[in-house]
Amino acid sequence: MGIFDIYLLEALINGVLLGGVLALLSLGLNLIFGVIDVVWICYAELIMLGMYSMYFLYSVYHLPLVAAAVVCIIGVAVLGVLLHVLVIAPLLGAAPINQLLATGGVLFFLQSAATVMFGVEFKNLGMRLPVLKLSGMFISYSRLLAFAFALVGMVLVYLFLTRTYTGTAIRAISQDRQIMVLMGVDSRRIYLITSALGGGLAGLAACLLVLQYDIHPFVGLSFGPITFLICVLGSLGNFGGGFVAAFVFAEIISLGGLYSDLEWGYVLAFAFFIVMMFIRPQGLMTRRS
Amino acid sequence: MLELARVRAGYGTFQALFDVSLEVRAGEAVGVIGPNGAGKTTLMRVASGMIRPTAGTIVMEGVDLVTTPPHRIVALGMAHVPESRRLFAGMTVEENLRMGGFMPAARPKFRQRLDFVYELFPRLRERRHQRAGSMSGGEQQMCAIGRALMSEPRLLLLDEPSAGLAPVIVEMVFDLVKRIRATGVTVLIVEQNVQQVLRVVDRAYLLKAGSIRASGPAAELLASDSIREAYLGV
Repeated sequence: MGIFDIYLLEALINGVLLGGVLALLSLGLNLIFGVIDVVWICYAELIMLGMYSMYFLYSVYHLPLVAAAVVCIIGVAVLGVLLHVLVIAPLLGAAPINQLLATGGVLFFLQSAATVMFGVEFKNLGMRLPVLKLSGMFISYSRLLAFAFALVGMVLVYLFLTRTYTGTAIRAISQDRQIMVLMGVDSRRIYLITSALGGGLAGLAACLLVLQYDIHPFVGLSFGPITFLICVLGSLGNFGGGFVAAFVFAEIISLGGLYSDLEWGYVLAFAFFIVMMFIRPQGLMTRRS
Repeated sequence: MLELARVRAGYGTFQALFDVSLEVRAGEAVGVIGPNGAGKTTLMRVASGMIRPTAGTIVMEGVDLVTTPPHRIVALGMAHVPESRRLFAGMTVEENLRMGGFMPAARPKFRQRLDFVYELFPRLRERRHQRAGSMSGGEQQMCAIGRALMSEPRLLLLDEPSAGLAPVIVEMVFDLVKRIRATGVTVLIVEQNVQQVLRVVDRAYLLKAGSIRASGPAAELLASDSIREAYLGV
């Protein structure tokens, strides 16, 4: 009995740690959809580029880790703004399907560009972070670090959204776009700031993921679809919903993999998602207004 | 203070305003009355920059509003309370008021303006941390007007402030308009409720099917037949 408890606890803890990073990912996606009303299908590919930039900054050019992370976050934030200016802004009035197709096109473009520029071999930061042993449980240090920084990132975003004028405007614009002009808010500026924020969060996610996973042009496929599922599960555009759904999903993955292969965790999680779509297609929370 | 001359506006292929001309002088309270579908809300929206006119001029104190970027119009001293309140339902009363004070010129005076609004509407102070969408119609109207006042406007546009409110609340809203006017704010009100609005304005225009049919001092208009004709067609 004692051994089973330890494994269960370890899986629960790992689920929480995974949930933290997934919550960060879904926050970025929800921000963009909630404010601009467009889905960045290529969100995971921005993270992929961030991971490559970390590789080059840290492993090739030997910048200190923290400096590399800062450059990466700023770099992907700029990428987010570019994505908005070049692809999204011209299509703001277009049919949603065209917006999806455009960002889908960017997805394939970025994957192919990365293949051409960096090749398909897996790259790695080459960092071997220790595995901590806490009362019989094995917790990977990189996972703890990722969780901690994801939490810090989310708290900072929360403070920004609730304590600053611009952050309040970002929340307001997702509730009523038309009247923002009456309060002197320039919607285009808000979109740019939100795109930078979404990109910055993707950059932060890249820094955290690169500690644990290998880098290759299609690494976006490992967490892109999951991020979407989580956002939809938590009601697309609902920040709180995405947060809760991320942990629910992560726990199912973690606990599901406990009793047999790790992959079963994912199978169970996706099955859960499909069932939830039948029961409550609008997601766990109330629909974004 | 505000002059519209031969303004045309609409939505896509649908034209709602046909050569509308009106003016609001500083210190006045002016009403625009008319039946449903007359174009009253379109008139408000074109004045505050929410939509662009297809023809005509809109000038506020010498500044051409048509060529001004819409989000800069509030900085010129105009605030618009939209029809059906349009509060940010998911945010608190105080957050809605904060949005009202968003423009850079209003931010240093936020505390001051907040106190002013809470003095005018003590109920809002009680409910400052309550979700705006969970309040009653009358309270929401107070919040919407309060939000507009946060930018310290010299011209206040009110779009159908009585809509959807019980008669007792409507009386209170129009009494409030009188008090706001007493603080020196020029007011332009668009309304379906003729009796109430003609009680608080100096002059009024009658709008029907996108054109001004009559105008004059409130008492005159009330006594004439034009209103009955416009509303009932007889």
